[in-house]
Amino acid sequence: MLEKSEENPNHKGVWVFTEQIDGKLKNVGLELLGAGRKIADKLGEELVAVLLGYKVIELVKDLEAYGADKVILVEHELLEQFTVDAYTKVLAELTIKYKPSVLFIGGTLNGRELAPRLAARLNTGITSDCVDFDINSDGHLTHVKPFGKLMAKIICKTRPQIATAKPNVFKKLEPNWDRRAKIVREEIKINPEDIRTKILGRIEANKNPYGSIEDADVIVAVGKGLCSKENLKLIQELADLLGASVACTRPVVDRGWLPSSQQVGQSGKTVAPKLYIAIGISGATYHTVGMKNSDIIIAVNKDPKAPIFQIATYSIVGDLFKILPLLIDRLKKEVKEVKLSITTKGE
Amino acid sequence: MSKAGLRIIVCIKQVPAIQDIKIDPITHTLIRESMPSMLNPWDEIGVEEGIRLREKYGGEVTVITMGPMQAKEAILRCLAMGADRGIIISDKALAGADTIATAYALYMQIKKMKYDLIICGKISTDSETGHIGPHLAELLNIPQICYVKKVDLDIEKRRIIAHKEADEGIEIVEAPLPVLLTTAIGLNKPRLPTLKGIISSKRKEVKVLTAKDLGGSLSNYGLRGSPTFVDEVFEPPSRKPEMIFQGDPKEVVEKIVQVLLNKKLISSRS
Ligand SMILES: Cc1cc2nc3c(=O)[nH]c(=O)nc-3n(C[C@H](O)[C@H](O)[C@H](O)COP(=O)(O)OP(=O)(O)OC[C@H]3O[C@@H](n4cnc5c(N)ncnc54)[C@H](O)[C@@H]3O)c2cc1C
Repeated sequence: MLEKSEENPNHKGVWVFTEQIDGKLKNVGLELLGAGRKIADKLGEELVAVLLGYKVIELVKDLEAYGADKVILVEHELLEQFTVDAYTKVLAELTIKYKPSVLFIGGTLNGRELAPRLAARLNTGITSDCVDFDINSDGHLTHVKPFGKLMAKIICKTRPQIATAKPNVFKKLEPNWDRRAKIVREEIKINPEDIRTKILGRIEANKNPYGSIEDADVIVAVGKGLCSKENLKLIQELADLLGASVACTRPVVDRGWLPSSQQVGQSGKTVAPKLYIAIGISGATYHTVGMKNSDIIIAVNKDPKAPIFQIATYSIVGDLFKILPLLIDRLKKEVKEVKLSITTKGE
Repeated sequence: MSKAGLRIIVCIKQVPAIQDIKIDPITHTLIRESMPSMLNPWDEIGVEEGIRLREKYGGEVTVITMGPMQAKEAILRCLAMGADRGIIISDKALAGADTIATAYALYMQIKKMKYDLIICGKISTDSETGHIGPHLAELLNIPQICYVKKVDLDIEKRRIIAHKEADEGIEIVEAPLPVLLTTAIGLNKPRLPTLKGIISSKRKEVKVLTAKDLGGSLSNYGLRGSPTFVDEVFEPPSRKPEMIFQGDPKEVVEKIVQVLLNKKLISSRS
């Protein structure tokens, strides 16, 4: 096992592992370049994107445009597919060679397997699912994440300080296609025996009947206040009228009313739609970290003290079983083909 | 694999049984004492899988946890489900451990044992990092397969073929034993302990170990061995509500529809 490497001035540089799959960059990597830019500027250090894969050089221009000062590129046939063994080996060798102070890894499923494995290899600390970063007076990275009803600032004494964040938590910079970064190619020896897990095949995911929530413009979200699975009909009807995806809190997933793909919050997804309608949701911190950046939040709750009203733009105090049928009726009657007059994100 | 069949180790954790956990305002750690607790549901899936594999291939299932002595309840639950023996690592010197220091303690014990398969929960419901499985696989220098939905073993060749959740769907992955798995929802439906299981669990061995039993330098354990710590806790910032509607539901709905129209979130008929 490696000795723990305490904070020292030899560790420099803010690194972002910018994951690609099938030659496409994951958005979360670009988002973390945005977060990393701020941290690198505060520290007065370089922002480095680390790109692993095979024949992926054309992705470098995106990394330049989204803020990297330097790109470390490792291309190898055995990096074409993501494997924890090969990717951990390469990142560990690079980290030992260059000694970055910070390493951000996107919280995709791959990232969540890679980051803790790498942390154990380097014998350094890791903080997952951060929602904010800063630099404190001692030059440590502060990792902000929810902790019970409160938020915590976590410090890591060792280097590199490894952190993960979910997709949609941080914002990408505006791309500047004229920006240029220094490109450093690294050759790293990888043997087939280094990779102990062999991928035999992939089964593509089925289409999601509730709508994907990560990139939805309008989300109708439900909580335990719904009382039973049968009442989902109401929610689905409202969502259909608004062209919305359906999301939920953790207890709704625990009860089997909706699949975990629809869960918003600390252990679910982070979303930032134009409109988020929270129905029968109390507004626990673990939930709100996943949706508080929505443009408009409408909350329906019968309890006037529900914490969701602290962050709602429009608070509706009332019984959802009275409000929803009326709202659905009203929308059906008064509103032409109820369709969103706003443009779709990404267009 | 030995003649005795598969040697399976399942790492488990006792977690608060309520959703909204409490935090000690001074030490910034979870308050675990006198809280209703349960076996982490993801670990329960792991225990179930271990028992099923033993039922199919023979062998034994050991459950292991690090935590306060109260966590023995969770071990007993696993034994009542059908696991063969339990180990609890409990010591004041281990308190305040982050995931690196926790995985290190588990590693120091597990490396002394013989195993073909190690199973961890994907996450624990109280902190949800999902670090322990990958940390432990790395320390033991064995391959890992996370978020497993289906397990097939080829005992002759000592290989596993697993279906795992991936960002782009399901991946089918093969690896040699020993291997570490983490559980995904849908891997199985854990059984409830039977009365017979509960009675026989009382006769099963539960070993209690301290940091001294684990060996190694105390500086690698607990708070001292943890690279990360909680420095500060604070209230989450709130957004100022723009408008509150209450009273007659009809009027409330009318007002909210007006808002949707004004904000051009819907367009009106005519
Ligand atoms: C480590 C950890 C991670 C977590 N991760 C997540 C996560 O990712 N996502 C998540 O959502 N939660 C998460 N939780 C759980 C979280 O703490 C809360 O328990 C959960 O968000 C509460 O869900 P809820 O609002 O649906 O239920 P409740 O808190 O039970 O709220 C139900 C609400 O419905 C209202 N209501 C009831 N009936 C009606 C009615 N007829 N009309 C109108 N309103 C009504 C009630 O007033 C109440 O406010 C996590 C917890 C932990 C410990």
